[in-house]
Amino acid sequence: MTLDAPDTVATIIPPRTGSARRPRLADTTLDTQVGSRTRRHRLTNVIVTIVLALGGIVMIAPLVWTLSTSLKSKSAALTDPLQWIPNPIQWDNYIRVWSAEPLAAGIMNSIIVSVSVTIVGTAVSALAAFAFAKMRLPFKNGIFLALLAAIMIPFPTIMIPQFMMFSNLGLVDTLWPLILPGLFGNIVMIFFLRQFLDTVPDSIIEAAKLDGAGYLRIFTTLIFPAIRPAIAAQFILWFMAVWNDYLAPVIYLNTPEKQTLQVVIATFNSTYATQRDYPLIMAASFIALIPVLVVFAVFQRQIIESVALTGAKG
Amino acid sequence: MAALPHAARRSTLHRREHLTALGFIAVPVIGFLVFVAFPMVYAVYVSFTKWNGLTDPRPIGLQNYIDIASDPYFWQAMGNTLFMMIGIPIGLVLSLLLALALNRRMRGTTFFRTVYYVPVISSLAAVAILWQLAYNGDVGLVNHLLALVGIEGPNWLQDPLWAKPAIVIMAIWKGLGFSMLLYLAALQSVPRHLYEAAAIDGAGAFRQFRYITIPMLRPVTFFLVITSIIGGSQIFIEINIMTPTGGPEFSTASIVWYIWQKAFNYSQMGYATAMSVVLGLLVFVVTAIQFQINRRSQFSIE
Repeated sequence: MTLDAPDTVATIIPPRTGSARRPRLADTTLDTQVGSRTRRHRLTNVIVTIVLALGGIVMIAPLVWTLSTSLKSKSAALTDPLQWIPNPIQWDNYIRVWSAEPLAAGIMNSIIVSVSVTIVGTAVSALAAFAFAKMRLPFKNGIFLALLAAIMIPFPTIMIPQFMMFSNLGLVDTLWPLILPGLFGNIVMIFFLRQFLDTVPDSIIEAAKLDGAGYLRIFTTLIFPAIRPAIAAQFILWFMAVWNDYLAPVIYLNTPEKQTLQVVIATFNSTYATQRDYPLIMAASFIALIPVLVVFAVFQRQIIESVALTGAKG
Repeated sequence: MAALPHAARRSTLHRREHLTALGFIAVPVIGFLVFVAFPMVYAVYVSFTKWNGLTDPRPIGLQNYIDIASDPYFWQAMGNTLFMMIGIPIGLVLSLLLALALNRRMRGTTFFRTVYYVPVISSLAAVAILWQLAYNGDVGLVNHLLALVGIEGPNWLQDPLWAKPAIVIMAIWKGLGFSMLLYLAALQSVPRHLYEAAAIDGAGAFRQFRYITIPMLRPVTFFLVITSIIGGSQIFIEINIMTPTGGPEFSTASIVWYIWQKAFNYSQMGYATAMSVVLGLLVFVVTAIQFQINRRSQFSIE
């Protein structure tokens, strides 16, 4: 096509006659064609944007409503649920909720669990992923597949024996049942980091080995920097999952001061629903929503990219 | 003679590598054995016993499984769990439409992507609490909005007919952004030249969608279907918070909710474990199918 194009032009357009007019004519017809297409494209874009905006309102409205209810007086929440901007604004609810329930303890417990689990567990998982991807070990693929098979076992199937194990150790109503299993790493994370390590060439590891570097040094100086973005993404996802976890905490934790934030607000909900003190409940829920929303606002790009990657690899 | 020390050195190096690698994978392997494999084996054993969690389990053979088969609550919980999965196809269609819209070249797509993803990252406990109030018949957001267009909404969570749909709607709202994001990533990885070639062949937008987009999205669709089924079969948090008693006429009790209830409120550990083994088997079958079909579709691409 490109080769005989000049030829065609030369034969179609005579050198002199209308060489000034022809291109303009052609240009205008092209313009109107493209114009009508972009106009149609623009119109569709406007319609799509309107639909997306309406849908977006549906997605956000319940969260805004939570905030707005949490700032109402008890009677305003009962009589006028659709008042979006409370009048007057009752900041008081947040002070009341703070003293009514061990929210501070709940936040502290949630931080203890999620920070310890994700930091230790991520280090463990990254080392294991390194070994599975780059080191020689007989049967390592078989071992990896066995671990992978564990993902198929739903937590409810093993929760009762696990509960009895921790109960025999006297660890029920402590944070240990939530922390201990996580410290041993996360199979999903090992899986993704192992996939990611495929992009790291073996040659640099061999070279470091020849220089006499130990495996731990190879990991800290070569592997870790190379897979840091993947580790960060998986870390954030795991952190949010542990932070939002509910089933295990609700099984193990009974004493209010020992509960994680999610259980605290759920208990709070069932206590205050009978008193119809909805602003107080919504204030507690909103407090529980804030930390993850902040994490999302800060790490939005990493989170979205790593989730997209999850689908591609899954 | 010269080869021997060399080989010996090599094998020591290999042994060192093996030992280090073993050390690195030992921790997750031990974690797996202690916190997954052992409880799993113990669960199977306990499912054949009568056990209240305090005294020793007493073997009763298949009795738990026989009881399960004739337990109307078990079947109703199973039926409820299945019913609530109708949200999966609805959510998939909606999220595909969303992804197609966000895949257009226009302003604001990044903003909308974020907006639709916010419910996904929100804590399910908090979200369940706020929806419980939103569904409240007198002071809830949902019915007040419906009233604006002249519809008198039911008292959602107290109504045996509407309690399940209420939870399904909430679950769609919560999960929409996740599948949207995966679809969007898949759409963006479809090679443009396929569409260009189809356009040259005279295929219109609809035929391009039908014969290029849909087949290229099949792996993601499959991944989403299976993970949603696995997740959906374990639905618990929403039920536990929004309908603490299993809903009007047991209408929202899910299988995990029923297991939890039997184990931790009635101390019927053996019976509850037997139900959890049934659940585990179901999930295993579904996942095994996924791996099988995944492998087949990978071969067909290569």
